[in-house]
Amino acid sequence: MATHSGSIYRRRQIGSMIALSLCGIATVVGLVFLAWILWTTLIHGLSALSPSLVTEMTPPPGEDGGGLANAFMGSLLMVVLAVIIATPIGVLAGTFLSEFSRGKKIGEAIRFVNDILLSAPSIIIGLFVYELVVRPTSRFSGFAGGIALAFIFLPVVVRTTDEMLRLVPDVMREAALSLGIPRWKVTVNILYRAASAGILTGILLAIARISGETAPLLFTALNNQYWSLDMSQPMANIPVVIFQFAMSPYEQWQNLAWAGAFVMTAIVLLLSVGSRAILNRRNAK
Amino acid sequence: MSEAMASLPATTAGVKRRDGAAGDRIFYWIVLGCGLFVLVALFAAAFSMVWDGFLAFRTFGFGFLTGMEWDPVAQRFSGLVPIYGTLVTSALAMIIGVPVSLGIAVFITEVAPRSIRGPIGGAIELLAGIPSIIYGMWGLFTFAPFMSDYVQPVLIDWLGPIPIIGALFTGAPLGIGMLTSGIVLAIMIIPFVSSVMRDVFLVVPAQLKESAYALGSTKWEVVRDIVIPHTRTAVVGGIFLGLGRALGETMAVTFVLGNTHNIAVSLMEPGTSIAATLANEFAEASDDLYRSSLSALGLILFVVTFIVLAAAKLMLVRMARQRGE
Repeated sequence: MATHSGSIYRRRQIGSMIALSLCGIATVVGLVFLAWILWTTLIHGLSALSPSLVTEMTPPPGEDGGGLANAFMGSLLMVVLAVIIATPIGVLAGTFLSEFSRGKKIGEAIRFVNDILLSAPSIIIGLFVYELVVRPTSRFSGFAGGIALAFIFLPVVVRTTDEMLRLVPDVMREAALSLGIPRWKVTVNILYRAASAGILTGILLAIARISGETAPLLFTALNNQYWSLDMSQPMANIPVVIFQFAMSPYEQWQNLAWAGAFVMTAIVLLLSVGSRAILNRRNAK
Repeated sequence: MSEAMASLPATTAGVKRRDGAAGDRIFYWIVLGCGLFVLVALFAAAFSMVWDGFLAFRTFGFGFLTGMEWDPVAQRFSGLVPIYGTLVTSALAMIIGVPVSLGIAVFITEVAPRSIRGPIGGAIELLAGIPSIIYGMWGLFTFAPFMSDYVQPVLIDWLGPIPIIGALFTGAPLGIGMLTSGIVLAIMIIPFVSSVMRDVFLVVPAQLKESAYALGSTKWEVVRDIVIPHTRTAVVGGIFLGLGRALGETMAVTFVLGNTHNIAVSLMEPGTSIAATLANEFAEASDDLYRSSLSALGLILFVVTFIVLAAAKLMLVRMARQRGE
């Protein structure tokens, strides 16, 4: 009898061990793929890096040399435009959610829609901005690209502002309001200051996210082979150039795509890891 | 100083308060406006796609959903092939990605020593930060050759001869195709799904687990019979969140799916998805009917992901409420 129940116990122990080992293997698989992807980008990217990457324009097909200077500039301009458009709207909308919508249905609705926008396919945003900007002006443009990125940027900022403001203790609001300070001054001078590091982290995370976005730029900014600072014209940008060059049959183009991919991944990961680290350190305190 | 305050005229204080009230009202309207902007953005996006896709639906009717034709020259369009590709690649991503995510979440919350939980969790989340076009390039240049050299020949030899399911594993080992896309998508959704699972596993009350241990349960039995049932709603919510991502993922799939307008039983065959079709063809679609058909595909994708993401959100909210109460 004792041996029988002992064998059942052993069997359950072994079963548990197998299941938990499988969990461990799953984790190793995840980490292996992470390492594999980063390794591939690093190896191909480093071997293609050269000073001409940031000094020369994108080359015509089949030609040696060339760089991605115009694409880096275009990406920078569009990301800056998106940040300028979406930061104020996002911070203020997040303020509404956390400060003025408590217990109201409209706040719930906006939060719900914002979360949907946060995970909605970015190519859908591209289609939307095509209808909104490209069709009326009948040309692909840097403006359209920046606006498309702004729509992806917006929900991230709304969400982090909302969350960071809600972390500010109510005592602070009450203390300020009890001094007779108008509510808007309390929000701007006290709450924003208290939550500033968190909001800034959210903005950095959002910048990391839009820097790598490709799909919405395919039919808003399109591409441009030449140096251009005119945002009302089609504009080169890193993700779309990588896409075109990687899909091309020319080796030089593919090399440039890898170099661009390496630089872009490095920037995006530094931004997201750095901002997360700041946020975690603050939360741990 | 107290003298100065006492001598402050009462009227000035009154004016100040009124100024504050006006300022508050203006500020309220500004933040409300920005909040409503978010709400309007979603509806505007939906409306613009309905508006633009209307021509395709009117021209082809219900057949747009069931037809296999996609011929820009003959001006005949229908959506079944990309819809099929979207569904099959997403299904593969879930079949592969969900068990792995579950394993990672269990490992981090129940197995790993406390000191390495954070670093492993952070490393897995790093996967979410990599731009999707990088997954595409890695998939096309590194992973697809690996699949065609080492994985697919084995699958074809071993699983191909089995009746019924063997049909899924026939054909030439091209590397690119449905299976490769499904695997790449699975890797992309793992960080999202596993981080939701990890977060909800962490809030299972310790007493529940301890009482199960006290009854002699093994660690795995606690996970299977206590932790997972207790967090069921949120786990499903996390899975739906991953599904929403897989359905709409564009760049990675565009690289590795092959972009051929083709439906095949075999998972080794190339195909196309809604997002990949849009990415490849939209900028070149010159005439109205072509563009409208692409927008109609976009609308279908939008509606499906909206439903999936809304369901995910509702389940996660319900779980959060349970936790709060």
